This record gives sequence, C-alpha cells and structure tokens, in this order.
Amino acid sequence: MDFGFSQEQELLRSTARKFLENECTSAFVRARMEEPAGVTDEFWSKLAEQGWLGLVYGEEYGGSGLGFVDLTVLMEEMGRVVMPGPFFATTLLGGLAIREAGSAAQKKEWLTRIASGRAKTTLAWTEPSARWDAAGVTCKARESKGGFVLNGTKLFVLDAHLADALVVVARTSEGPTPEDGTSLFLVPKATSGVNVKLLPTMDQTRKLCEVTFKDATVPADALMGAKGAAWPTLTRVVERATVALCAEMCGGAQRVLDMTTEYAKIRIAFGKPIGTYQGVKHRAADMLVDVENAKSLTYYAAWAVDENAPEAALAASMAKAYVTDAYRKAAGAGIQLHGGIGFTWEHDLHLYFKRAKSSEFTFGDATYHRERVAQLISL
Amino acid sequence: MDLSLTPEQEAFRATVRTWLKTNIPREWTPMGSAEIPRAEQYELLRRWQRTLFDAGFIGLTWPKEYGGGGLTFLEEMVLQQEMALAKAPPILNVLGVGMTGPTVINWGTEEQKKRYPPKILSCEEIWCQGYSEPNAGSDLASLQTRAVKDGEHWVVNGQKVWTSFAHVADYMMLLARTDPSVPKHKGITYFLLDMKLPGVTVKPLRQITGEAEFNEVFFDNVRVHESEVLGGVNNGWAVGLTTLMYERLTLGFGLQMRLRIALDGLIDLARQMEKSGRALTKEPVMRQKLAQIWIETECLKYTGARAITKLLRGEMPGPEASTGKMAWVDTHQRLQELAMEIEGPYSQLWKGSEWAIEGGVWPQSFLRSRANSIEGGTTEIQKNIIAERLLGLPKD
Repeated sequence: MDFGFSQEQELLRSTARKFLENECTSAFVRARMEEPAGVTDEFWSKLAEQGWLGLVYGEEYGGSGLGFVDLTVLMEEMGRVVMPGPFFATTLLGGLAIREAGSAAQKKEWLTRIASGRAKTTLAWTEPSARWDAAGVTCKARESKGGFVLNGTKLFVLDAHLADALVVVARTSEGPTPEDGTSLFLVPKATSGVNVKLLPTMDQTRKLCEVTFKDATVPADALMGAKGAAWPTLTRVVERATVALCAEMCGGAQRVLDMTTEYAKIRIAFGKPIGTYQGVKHRAADMLVDVENAKSLTYYAAWAVDENAPEAALAASMAKAYVTDAYRKAAGAGIQLHGGIGFTWEHDLHLYFKRAKSSEFTFGDATYHRERVAQLISL
Repeated sequence: MDLSLTPEQEAFRATVRTWLKTNIPREWTPMGSAEIPRAEQYELLRRWQRTLFDAGFIGLTWPKEYGGGGLTFLEEMVLQQEMALAKAPPILNVLGVGMTGPTVINWGTEEQKKRYPPKILSCEEIWCQGYSEPNAGSDLASLQTRAVKDGEHWVVNGQKVWTSFAHVADYMMLLARTDPSVPKHKGITYFLLDMKLPGVTVKPLRQITGEAEFNEVFFDNVRVHESEVLGGVNNGWAVGLTTLMYERLTLGFGLQMRLRIALDGLIDLARQMEKSGRALTKEPVMRQKLAQIWIETECLKYTGARAITKLLRGEMPGPEASTGKMAWVDTHQRLQELAMEIEGPYSQLWKGSEWAIEGGVWPQSFLRSRANSIEGGTTEIQKNIIAERLLGLPKD
C-alpha cells in the first residue's frame, strides 16, 4: 500500500502550479468572467501543448494515457486558481462519454480532436426538473427514416455555447424502470433544430446553458453504445467526472485556507495579528480538518475509479457528499475571517465561494449523495 | 498511489482473520460504543490481551528485542481493520500500549527498554497516565506535583486527577516538577512510577455515568529511584510530547476500529427500531445522518492511510496525522447522540430495566462520550495546536 502521490505526479503538480500561476491569474479569470467565451484560443492551445486536454485518453488518440489519480493532481491545481473555461465540459463530460460509449470511429475523430485542442464538447444531461436520476430524462429521441429525431429541453448544460458537439442523454423508449430506454447521442451543435442559449450565472467562471431540441434529426450512427441501455455508461462517466470535480473542489478549498491563514497572520486588530485570537484559530483549524478529510476521500475515490474497484460508486458518492460540505464551509469561513474585505468584488474570495456553490449542484448535492451512500451500503 | 497489499500482506490479513475467528472469547459481546473498557470486563480483557500477545498480535510495530513484532504500520493497520470486522474486544492496557511503550522505546535506557515494553504488551503490567492535575489540565506545563532529589531517590508530593485505570494500574507515566526556578516547560521530569510504592493513594472519582473509571491519585513522600527517570532530568516536557504524538498516531488506528464497530452496532439498532410503522433505516432524515457518519468513519481510515504512507516512506507525517483525534471526537459524539435519537424514549432507561434496549448500553456510552472532547487534549487545545503548528498562526 502506498496512499500518496508518486514523484511523477508531484512533478505534474509543480508544473501545473507554475503554469497556472503565470497563465491563469486573477486578472485572466476576471476577464473571462465578463465575456461569453470563458477561455481564449491562446490559453486553450497552451492546455493542449501541455498535454492536459488528452490526459486521460489513450495514446492512440494523442492522449497521455494517464489515470484519475494523475488527473486529481491537475484538477486540484485548476481548482486552486478557479480556472474558467470548457476544460471540464470538454475533457471530462463530452470527451469522457465518448471514451466510454463512443464507437471506434467516434472515438478516433473526437478524442483526437479534443486532445489536440481542435474540438470542444459537453454533456447535455439534466433538464428543467433538475433531477440527477434516470426519471429526470424526458428528452425524446424517436427513430425515423434510419435516424433519430430529438425533442426536449436540457438545462444546466456546461459550456454548450462553446461546444462543437454535444453528448445528449435522451429517451428512446419507456421501460419497466426509468433507467431502461435511455440512450446517448453524439450531436454536432450545428445540427438543425439544436438551439443553445447562454444563461447568466452566479458563478461567472462556470458558463451554463439551456439547450433545446426541436425535431433535431441525427443519423443512426450518432447513437453511442446500445440503444436504450445508456444508463450504466452514463453513471460510469458521471462518477468519474464527479471524482475529478471533487479534486478541483479540494484545490479550491485548500487555496481558501491558504489565503485565510496568510491574512490572519498580517491583519492587525486590537494590536495583534487576528490569527492570535482563538476565535480565528479555531475556525482555521476546522477548515484544515475539513480540507484534509476532503482530500482523503477524493484520493481514495480516484484510486477506486482507476482500479475499477467494485466500491468506486460508493467512493465517489462519499467524496462528493463530504467535499461539497467542506468546500462550502471553507469558502464561507474564508469570507468571515477576512471580514469586510472578503465581501468585496475586488478580493478573489467570492470566486471560490461561488465556485463552491456551483460545484455543489453539479452531479448531485450532498443530500443526494448521502442518500446514494445509504443505498449502496444497503441501509 | 496503490491501496492494494502485497501477497505477503494479504497472507498476513488471512492469518489474522482466521485466528480471530477462533480466538475471540465466546463470552464477549461487542459494546455499543467505542469506549474504554468497563470494570466488569477487566478480567476477560486481561486474558484477551494475553492471548493476543501469545499469538504476536499486539505491539506489531515495536522492535522484536523489546517484545514487539518488528513489523510496519501497514500490518498494524491490517490488524486493526480485521479486529473491527470481527468486532474484537478492546485492549485493556490501552495507555501502556498506545503511549508508554513507544515513549520508553524512544527515550529509555537499554535497561528500561528491556524491562518495561514486553510486560506492557502481555498485560502483566497495566499503565496509567499521571499528567493532569486539579490546576493543570489544558495548561499542562503549569503542573505542581513536586519531585525533590534526596540521595538516589526523588521524593514526590502532590496530586493527579482524571487518571484512568489508576485503580488497576501497576505503573504510572508521571510528570512532576523537578526545578521550579526555570520556565515552566523546562523544569519537568518524566518518571516511571511504581503504583505500589508507599505513599501512593488512589481514590476513585465517580463520573457522570455513575461509574468510577477515573481516579484521583495522591503522592505523599513517595520515593522513586533515580533509575526510573525517563529521558533525563528536566526533559519531561519533550518526553511527554512524544507520548502525546504516539497517542494520536497509534491510538488513532484503534479509535477508527472502535468507531466502526460502534457504527455497525448503531445501524443494527436503527434496523430494529420503528417510527410510524417503518424501520428507522427507511426514514429519509435518519438515512442522511447514518450515511454522514458512515462517510466520516471511512474518511478516518483513509486519512490514516495517508499518514501511514508518509511513515512508510520515511517522511514526517503531515497535517493529516494531526486531525484524526478531532475528527474522531466529533464523529463519535454525533454517533452517540444519534443512538439516543434512534432509541427515542427508550434512551431514558438505564441498565437493570428489562425494557432497556441492549441492556442499556447506549445511554451509558452516550454519557461517556462527553469526555472524548476533554480527555487526551481538549478539542480547543487540539485546534490551537493545529492552528499554531500546522498553519503557523501566531501564539498568543
């Protein structure tokens, strides 16, 4: 047993930290918040040059063939700088769905393009019902003339406005259970009848869209995997993306703790640094315990996913439930301990506070995942 | 990163598992809590620890020449995991095994190292910890028990309090002031004190459970030979801190194991109890609470695994090693509160009532759990330590 990172992984961490501190500054993040793109072409091609867009794809697609433990390191660093842009949507939602469910041709085309920075993708899954279970999938895909016709509305779709193609979860039939009859389709955004609307969001570093399908027709080979049997694959993709998201959240929470600790050392009140006072010390200590525990569960989940361990689903849900609470609490405590300055637009804390909130509701909140844990341990 | 074990380690796990199946005493029934053993169990637990010792399943990480197994923390972790799964009885000489032994091995003379650790493991000599005093709890360094040199002996006078196991202990880890003229941390010495020496008086201290697991200990001109000083005169603060470090580390594994046993018991309890005609485990709010405690219990395991990895790599444990006690206390106290919620009105019934659930064990362990955030360093002191040593916040 060795429950720590390797030298190569630590090297990846220091490379990523250096790169992101230079390229993804607060000024860069704030500029991206103000515009729809959320990323610049220059930044995106640098991510490709680093090999990060294809980190978890096979070398045959121009990827690095690395695992989720490696990815964890990178995600922590990206969370540390609240990196904006469609990295997550492209590589871990759309791309991962293609990796898991795509045909050989779909994989060859799209993973290669994603890894080289020439295509962006996303996953169109949740709907206005805001449900994360299979019953939430009501978007219809009807077979017609050797293809499929899609109708329905997807909501909270990450970065769909930037995507070249969407992986769409749709219902091809009604079955005995809600899981039966769900299918995945690879839909080019240019398809007629697909309409994407960018939505104003609280966390401006995460761009969310509404995507509507009005008789959007795709050929038969747009279907990914077996018709009507997509749910296990989707679950697998979302579990993995959840673990990556947890890592990103851990990085953000750690950064808030670092910022807060540094501030508590220099901010003077009543003639002493505020970090001298127990009211501040104890809250900071609570943050550290939460952050360290969040990392433990996240690293375990990343390992379980890489190993295809039977407990991977449980590990992912344990992590998401815990990390969600930990990041939200840490970001809140960070603002409180900074006092008024922490409430300003100028200070970066609100970026983390808002990212903690948007991450909370991505792939299920803590309540949802605790219930999932309850099911998985047969309560 | 790899959480899997080598074939040798898996074989060790199998050996432990098989051994536990046939060796856990038949008269043992797992307690509803993660607590320190109760008086009526002492004899059984003494025999149990001896059985573990004879099989080589205690003191795994201690050097062989001092009675240990010469193995790594990894085997220790496997052992603890298996003990939890098998709901094995706790270790009676928990302070000796968790604290005295490692401290003696770290600081002792060769003679001390040969003399004490083996009998700690075999439970032939039970240890208690003489740290806290009526006026020195969290501010331990202000302790007032005095030791004055007289020929080859030190003459000890003073009082300790909250001393678990003192009423059954053969020896005490004693901190006493040997030089009052220097700053408080610098004039303290660590003694290995024979509890049978003339002048040692133990008075049981009745606690909120009604039991007397803690004691007051009085010293009236107790003469301790100078060979029983551990780690040098006036070096007691450093030696005592080693003890506390080991306490956090090794007791940490044990705590996780006891917590897991308690949680399994709690879930069994929730399955049996009904509310409005359905099992409590089917009640959504209860499911949330149980799942949360499950997650936190598992989390302690992985945080522990990160610390072990650092040790195995020969590195100093990082922040994750220091958070264990605090996290455990928080989870365990909430677990005990939840047990009361699950029992509902039945939680009012004490042992002796035929209506009491599981013989009234849960209300008792619920009360006992209030001490968790006080003993072994209050939660407030733990937070100060984390803030100052790990985060580098300024001392007052």
